[in-house]
Amino acid sequence: MGKMPLWADALLVPLLSLALAAFFSALVILGIGENPIEAFNLMVDGALKRSAGWGYTLYYTTNYIFTGLAVAVAFHARLFNIGGEGQAMIGGVGVALVCLYIPWPHWSLAIVGASTGAALFGAAWAFIPAYLQAKRGSHVVITTIMFNYIAFSVLGYLLVEVLRPTGSMDTASAAFPEAVHLPNFHEMFAPEGSRMFRGAPANVTFFLALLACVFVWLLIWRTRLGYDIRSFGKSETAAKYAGISPLRITVVAMLLSGALAGMMSVNTTMGETERLILNSTEGAGFVGIAVALMGRNHPIGILMAALLFGFLAQGGAELALWTSIPRELITVIQALVILFTGALDNMVRMPLERLFLIIGKKEAS
Amino acid sequence: MTLMKTLMGAAAAIAMTAGAAAAEPAVIFDLGGKFDKSFNEAGYNGAQRWAEETGGKYLEIELQSEAQREQALRRFAEAGANPIVTMGFAMTTPIETVAPDYPDTKFVNIDGWANLPNVLTISFAEHEGSYLAGVMAAEASESGTVGFIGGMDIPLIRKFACGYAQGVKSVNPDATVISNMTGSTPEAWNDPVKGGELTKAQISGGADVIFAAAGGTGVGVLQVAADEGILSIGVDSNQNHLHPGKVLTSMLKRVDVAVYNALTAGADLETGFKNLNLAAEGVGVAMDDNNAPIVTAEMTAAVDAASAAIIAGDVVVENYADAEACSVLDF
Repeated sequence: MGKMPLWADALLVPLLSLALAAFFSALVILGIGENPIEAFNLMVDGALKRSAGWGYTLYYTTNYIFTGLAVAVAFHARLFNIGGEGQAMIGGVGVALVCLYIPWPHWSLAIVGASTGAALFGAAWAFIPAYLQAKRGSHVVITTIMFNYIAFSVLGYLLVEVLRPTGSMDTASAAFPEAVHLPNFHEMFAPEGSRMFRGAPANVTFFLALLACVFVWLLIWRTRLGYDIRSFGKSETAAKYAGISPLRITVVAMLLSGALAGMMSVNTTMGETERLILNSTEGAGFVGIAVALMGRNHPIGILMAALLFGFLAQGGAELALWTSIPRELITVIQALVILFTGALDNMVRMPLERLFLIIGKKEAS
Repeated sequence: MTLMKTLMGAAAAIAMTAGAAAAEPAVIFDLGGKFDKSFNEAGYNGAQRWAEETGGKYLEIELQSEAQREQALRRFAEAGANPIVTMGFAMTTPIETVAPDYPDTKFVNIDGWANLPNVLTISFAEHEGSYLAGVMAAEASESGTVGFIGGMDIPLIRKFACGYAQGVKSVNPDATVISNMTGSTPEAWNDPVKGGELTKAQISGGADVIFAAAGGTGVGVLQVAADEGILSIGVDSNQNHLHPGKVLTSMLKRVDVAVYNALTAGADLETGFKNLNLAAEGVGVAMDDNNAPIVTAEMTAAVDAASAAIIAGDVVVENYADAEACSVLDF
């Protein structure tokens, strides 16, 4: 077993899973009396054929890259960080404080400051679960998900009682000053007077996400710390025997994970809403789990998976805009993709492996 | 992804029917969804009534994400939808961004505060309606303790709670108002189970009338209150019929009328600010056959008197949104 060539493992399996997901989604859409081909057409048209559509797809992609990387880094140390949602939310508080209370002269400096703030706050939010896991053995899955709810409450309190400007009924902080406005794709790429990318939220943070991919790749596969993390994840006892401190690796991996999740809010809070709002993460922390799973915890895989989920998010929005397909069904479609690419991965993988084994034997004989 | 693209490519020949005909109006529902038994549903009912009466069609979307707010506005405006009716205060900032780009499109914002030439902003005096609900609650209460269950602890809900508490205290200055919020996540608007638990907790605290201002969560409050034999007060839509004879009244917020009127006016809509208060019949308490057996003559008299006093300006109900504080209730 396991004799599949790399290309089949990395491309063929996910593509077949996707095809299955698409097939079942089509059945569901047919079931409620809509035309699946038209629906898919609408999704592609809205997400990939218009520049503004791309602007949205890449905006969602940016979020999913950060949260996907966050899950992946922790997963290499065999820690299942499902607290990306809360870490991103608290990261947003970091972004807001940095943007509101420091008079930045230019966005290029502000983005460095905001990223640092987001990473620090996100990491700090991951620290307590990490410490409890390392020292007390409290399972990180339980603690991180509980910390999501604490984060919701903390954010709610801050926005209602502390950061909300007096007299405003909106549960949001004050708008960030003009100087910290991040250039979006429209300002960066559209020629003078063109409507390319107009109104789309994709911004310079996308490139920050790409940098983060490179950083994670270097960290995990090219540094001593990355080696420690991976060996700890493969076998804790062996890592201990080799002199790797489980305490240190658990905490460091979770801090890195929290920092990456937190940095997602540079995109949402600083790049899009330009103020801190109550509902700024909207599930991206959870989508990150699916993205990491589908991307096999590798930055390139995560990038591809994030792009797919970005497409689903934006395509789903287009469906909601122009058809009477209820939004719950769009969630069903997204869930089918997660189900087939993540949970039912072996359903496609095992027959394929057998197939390749048979082919391999025939060639050998 | 690539595969999806190929699939789509094969289908590309099929003509798209998506582009909307010009001048159809559009309605944008907030994250709660159009069937939240409350605020958004009231808007949906108004839109449906318009559609049934005129045979017209409207575009609609139930938002799923914050980033879609601006997107939905732009896409509908570009498709020629006019007017575009939006539900909820969270649409204010996106409208302020988008509306200047489409000067010929009229935008309607319910509960917001955008101030632009092509925007009609409709606000409701929820504190006045809640005051009347409080008057009824205090009249109906035998224990002298009444409850309030909100969705999330946000300023808008505090406005409800504060008006309600003032109404209660106007009848019975010694009354106790127990106030709880359901949660701190958006699920708090749609968590009937938690609403039921809070109701039980308030009942054990002595409350015998409970006002729910929590969207779908209120369904659970009304249910448990009916099961436990105490009275409840519904919100936004008329919810008296959910448990006839067990729901004291509903604090009406005529979002349905606002949406219906906006769609009826169509592209000729008058923009500006419209405050639908008690005098304009934008808010009020529901009286119908379902609650007639439990509404006493004293209650009706008290409500009528309070209502007349508010309209005449003799009683000024403190508005949490202006004062940022509430003299009769702590949060």
